Amino acid sequence: MSAAAGSGASVVVDQLVKRFGAFTAVDGVSFRVDPGEIMGFLGPNGAGKSTIIRMLCGLLRPTSGRALVAGLDVAREPEAVRHHIGYMSQRFSLYADLTVLENLRFFGGLYGVEGREFDARSSWALEMAGLLDRRSTLTSELASGWKQRLALGCAVLHRPPILFLDEPTSGVDPIARRAFWELIQQMAATGVTVFVSTHYMDEAEYCHRLALIHRGRLVGLGAPEELRHHALRGALLELECEPVGLALDALQSAPGVFDAAVFGSRLHVVVASAEGACAELPAYLGAHGVRCTRIRTIEPSLEDVFVHQLGARAPQQKGAQ
Amino acid sequence: MPASISVLPVPVAEVADTVQAEALTKRFAGITAVDRLRFRVRPAEIFGLVGPDGAGKTTTLRMLAGVLPPDGGSASVAGCDVVREAELLKTRISYMPQRFGLYEDLTVEENIRFYADLFGTDRRTREERAGRLLAASGMSEFRRRLAGQLSGGMKQKLGLTCALIHTPHVLLLDEPTTGVDPVSRRDFWRILYSLVDEGVTVVISTSYLDEAERCHRLALLRSGRLLLCDTPASLKGRMRGEVVVATSPRPREVRDALAGAPGVLGSLLVGAGVHLNVDDAARIPELEGALAAAGVPCDSILRVEPTMEDVFVSVVGEAEGAGG
Repeated sequence: MSAAAGSGASVVVDQLVKRFGAFTAVDGVSFRVDPGEIMGFLGPNGAGKSTIIRMLCGLLRPTSGRALVAGLDVAREPEAVRHHIGYMSQRFSLYADLTVLENLRFFGGLYGVEGREFDARSSWALEMAGLLDRRSTLTSELASGWKQRLALGCAVLHRPPILFLDEPTSGVDPIARRAFWELIQQMAATGVTVFVSTHYMDEAEYCHRLALIHRGRLVGLGAPEELRHHALRGALLELECEPVGLALDALQSAPGVFDAAVFGSRLHVVVASAEGACAELPAYLGAHGVRCTRIRTIEPSLEDVFVHQLGARAPQQKGAQ
Repeated sequence: MPASISVLPVPVAEVADTVQAEALTKRFAGITAVDRLRFRVRPAEIFGLVGPDGAGKTTTLRMLAGVLPPDGGSASVAGCDVVREAELLKTRISYMPQRFGLYEDLTVEENIRFYADLFGTDRRTREERAGRLLAASGMSEFRRRLAGQLSGGMKQKLGLTCALIHTPHVLLLDEPTTGVDPVSRRDFWRILYSLVDEGVTVVISTSYLDEAERCHRLALLRSGRLLLCDTPASLKGRMRGEVVVATSPRPREVRDALAGAPGVLGSLLVGAGVHLNVDDAARIPELEGALAAAGVPCDSILRVEPTMEDVFVSVVGEAEGAGG
């Protein structure tokens, strides 16, 4: 894909490469993101996710290739890029010993939001975060859901068209988490482009598309539903059987079984064909002294997809099972 | 293959009650961090303390580990009262706090040797256990690496190896997988399941609700209180109504069109779909009809299994009378 094809896109990444000495952290990554899209970045620690995001934020110069953010080249205009983006991480964004309003004022100063514009934007942020009555409260005294909405308010005070979120709702109460994602989706609906970097599959579910990064390369790209349906070789079964340990051993050498793992008191088994396995596995397990009480096809989770995609590329990691 | 780890046989007298918490309470400066918690953990079970930050997970684990005295109630772990027999308790358990004390300027191997000496593990046992645990976590080739140079997931797996270098009856783990990627997380759970096969009881805390489904039983916690305690399957059975997913090119319109429809208890936009909490999945044709009448396109409406987060939100909603 040529960069010229990206007119209209809010982010265009074309053959992006970043090397640190002999180590290639990002290795020829290309994708484009449209305005209003929520794009998730998934990948193991050290896969290159944060290196890509740091380049897109204008904090790190690419070794080669090109990235355009809001039409600006990140290598040539890093300062301008930083005025067009907002960045929020659940853990590090706020000053705990400043009040709510002081935090807003600090970020306002940072982004050059002043005077009337600051008044308007800070009022909006306080209302959005449900903190109108708590503007003088120390940030350290806020519950985690409030903190995280305040952090979001600070990150978008300057109305950036592109927003980067780093595990934004990790550890947050599920009710507050849902309220947060509702806000993010409202922003996206008005055209804001959102990048989410996460290890948390529940967060990945909220994304319109997911990019799977492994060893500096883009190894998967698509909507969560597409990835779920196409990424897994074969089908996923859930087995209830006794004893689980014996079943796991027996399944290691069962025909048509690619992978088996314990999941609570059940087993998750990746098989070549759901029909064949449902018909044959109970008898096979029976011959190994395992009583199978239930067997059914289940939808793979995004975590299944993630692990399977990476496992297929790193066979040495499967040695432990 | 999973590592098999030999463990001292647990005396029969202790088998019935591996962990018991009875009205366990802890207050900090006017805040009740743990509020009359009551649960039991069976032998060789993985029991989850599951809830968001501030739910009381860490405080509970610290009391169970005998490092923080309760303000009320009692707890016994591996046959020891956590207050009166705290010293004996420490020989029978392993406790891995959120920030496990690894020495960053020592290698993987040196950290393991340090903990083995601390627990009085002899050299042969140490070699054997360290070998199996490192192999199971895919870390055999990193024995000489400095702990400070490991990734987050590898640090957690090294922490687990150190915590398991002696032979605990009960393993207490505080958010061991926070910030750990899914591949390392699976390695971690694989080791936990193999420990359970050997008779170890595991109490693990997590704020990842999807991870809760890997536990045999779990306690859902919020603000220091126990919401529910059961197996993942039974908890799902207690959810109010059912969850259906409507897939549509215009999900927001689907949600708006069905907002006040009969039997719709709640809705949530998720990616390209709308998750609807309905009183009965038999309403699907009715919902499809309502969308057709409103002229909103919809590809499908299918019943799905509720997630643990759905259960959590439903239970809290009922407790607070929100969805009334």
